[in-house]
Amino acid sequence: MNNARDNILKRLHDYRISEEIPADSDYASHHDWNTEERIKRFSDRMKAVHAEILNATADSWLNELASICSRKNLRNLLLSPHSQWGKQIAAQAERFPPLKYFSQPFEAWKNELFTDVDAAFTGAYAGIADTGTLIIQPSPDEPRSWSLVPPVHIAILEQHRICTTFTEAVARGSIESPLPSNLLLISGPSKSTDIEQTLAYGIHGPQALIVILV
Amino acid sequence: MTSEFRRNATSALQQDDVQTNLNRVVHKLREHRQAAWIAADEWRQLRRHCQAIRENAVRKLPQLLEQLETNLIRNGIQVHWAETAEQANHVVLSIMQRHDAKLIIKGKSMVSEEIALNHFLMQHGIQALETDLGEFIIQLAGEKPAHIIVPALHKNRRQIAELLHRHFPGYAYTEDVDELAQLARKILRDHFQFARVGLTGVNFMIAESGTLCLVENEGNGRMCSTIPPVHIAVTGIEKVVEKLSDIPPLLSILTRSATGQPITTYFNMISAPRQPGEKDGPREVHVVLLDNGRSTSYRDRELAATLRCIRCAACINHCPVYQHIGGHAYGTVIPGPIGSILEPQQRGLDRYGELTQASTLCGACTEVCPVGIPIADILNRLRWDATRQDADCSTPGAGSGYIPAQTALWKLWAWQCTHPGAYRLSTRLATRLRVVLPGYFDAWTNVRTMPKLAKTTLHERLKALGIDHE
Ligand code: SF4
Repeated sequence: MNNARDNILKRLHDYRISEEIPADSDYASHHDWNTEERIKRFSDRMKAVHAEILNATADSWLNELASICSRKNLRNLLLSPHSQWGKQIAAQAERFPPLKYFSQPFEAWKNELFTDVDAAFTGAYAGIADTGTLIIQPSPDEPRSWSLVPPVHIAILEQHRICTTFTEAVARGSIESPLPSNLLLISGPSKSTDIEQTLAYGIHGPQALIVILV
Repeated sequence: MTSEFRRNATSALQQDDVQTNLNRVVHKLREHRQAAWIAADEWRQLRRHCQAIRENAVRKLPQLLEQLETNLIRNGIQVHWAETAEQANHVVLSIMQRHDAKLIIKGKSMVSEEIALNHFLMQHGIQALETDLGEFIIQLAGEKPAHIIVPALHKNRRQIAELLHRHFPGYAYTEDVDELAQLARKILRDHFQFARVGLTGVNFMIAESGTLCLVENEGNGRMCSTIPPVHIAVTGIEKVVEKLSDIPPLLSILTRSATGQPITTYFNMISAPRQPGEKDGPREVHVVLLDNGRSTSYRDRELAATLRCIRCAACINHCPVYQHIGGHAYGTVIPGPIGSILEPQQRGLDRYGELTQASTLCGACTEVCPVGIPIADILNRLRWDATRQDADCSTPGAGSGYIPAQTALWKLWAWQCTHPGAYRLSTRLATRLRVVLPGYFDAWTNVRTMPKLAKTTLHERLKALGIDHE
């Protein structure tokens, strides 16, 4: 295969065009939103793609979470008892459906995740107002598959972490550098428009996305 | 090829249901795209910006690919290079064999279509399962995608319902779109859980960080790249961009141009396989970098613009020819205007040169292209390449469309246009001989009347009117 590499690169280098095109710098964000506008825009966009937004405070969010668990009849809730938010939930475990946590590698709990987990709870690293997007950074505590496999994904996001645009999030360093092994932008529950361009929600990923804003 | 394309096109034009289904979806896609651009300025600025990003990346292609390779390897991602479709297929096969895997689950990938991966794997006893809803439908129907974003756009919900029911009679028949989607979810879920290898395409690769970016709505791409122990991404070498900050504008213009969405449900950035301490994610990530003719396009300044393409399908959705004949008529992997400039470059003007004629040169494609590819100009250029007899052209199959009589006729025409005496004589002759011209002309006059030449030439009429010096 090394031959393929060298051949391809040689062909490209032989005809390489050296001068650079400077990217147009006149493209900037057209929005100048304050915090409130950002929150509003974020929530509106999220709702437009069938995500649920729960507004809460640092004191009330546990109540909101408890009530969503009972409203959705969740039989269990997957979360990390080590995370900033997970700790608080674990401390009041009796208010919630049975809590689950996996400390082993994936292979030990893959089957349970696919067949027996009703909802996963994760933190969100940041948000994007313009598109209604969560920036999720999976970690050893909150692995990649949590925001994908269970039918319900509940994410908590601090209002002050909502940026205006993705461009701004990159420019302001709201995205960790170097990039983590997996970084996800999530905008709503999974959906498809492959049949007659008609929206159907909840295909392979979560059928419901609930965002708690604090 | 000649007759095949025409036959396909003619038969597509006679299928009313294909016409209705196509029209419905294409119009929706156009409306959605239109609605996504509130301010025309914003669109123009963003397009200029994105065009510059892609142009820059294409210009620096060799350096960026080397940088990308270094960073991917540093991140623990295995890099494979393939000059041809065959080499790429063998890379995938050998990974499959090493893991003793008989099933591969696939997210949407046009490059895997380009290399005909499913067919190749099948010959080696491996089943490839499409998991994108549209691709899943197409695979069940035993067809090829008719569109690069909405592969099953030529089928309506009734046809899809019947197809699913025929293959999975255990589930109740339904024409409800939500229920159909749930059906696909149920059918594919076990495969996601148990497959050992998943394959996806790539939308962008970031050279500075060694990152693969995937754009999708359904979550099947995330499934294929997250759940199985092995993830293989196949991609053309042109998908690389320089830096992270290039991504937000490209993503924004891609999704808005494609379906009008401000963003897709998932934007998945993969920079490494499962790391020590991480609990999930694939243990191996492989990238197959495919050339397959791209480096030939790179040699030519004008044709290299084709490599800027981000596969948004806007040109396809706005093409009056595509709208009428649909994707299958082209007989190519990628249909529509982009296919008509890409496929002849990749697979030769001798085989696909006729596609360059499948355009009215109305320019709608060029107008909507988010990275400013001058598609109509390239179509024209390739028409010329097809008939060129000089040796300066690197396009495969150049000169294959050369017809001596046609070239002689054009030369004669050019000569008489530059010689007033000859011009006057020939036009006068044509008007005088109008009665002996045939009243029909091939397929053209099946649905149109033959234009009649005037009794006198324009020059004569102007002279008669006393208008001097026309
Ligand atoms: S040529 Fe332009 S409009 Fe067509 S698919 Fe590529 S980027 Fe989109």
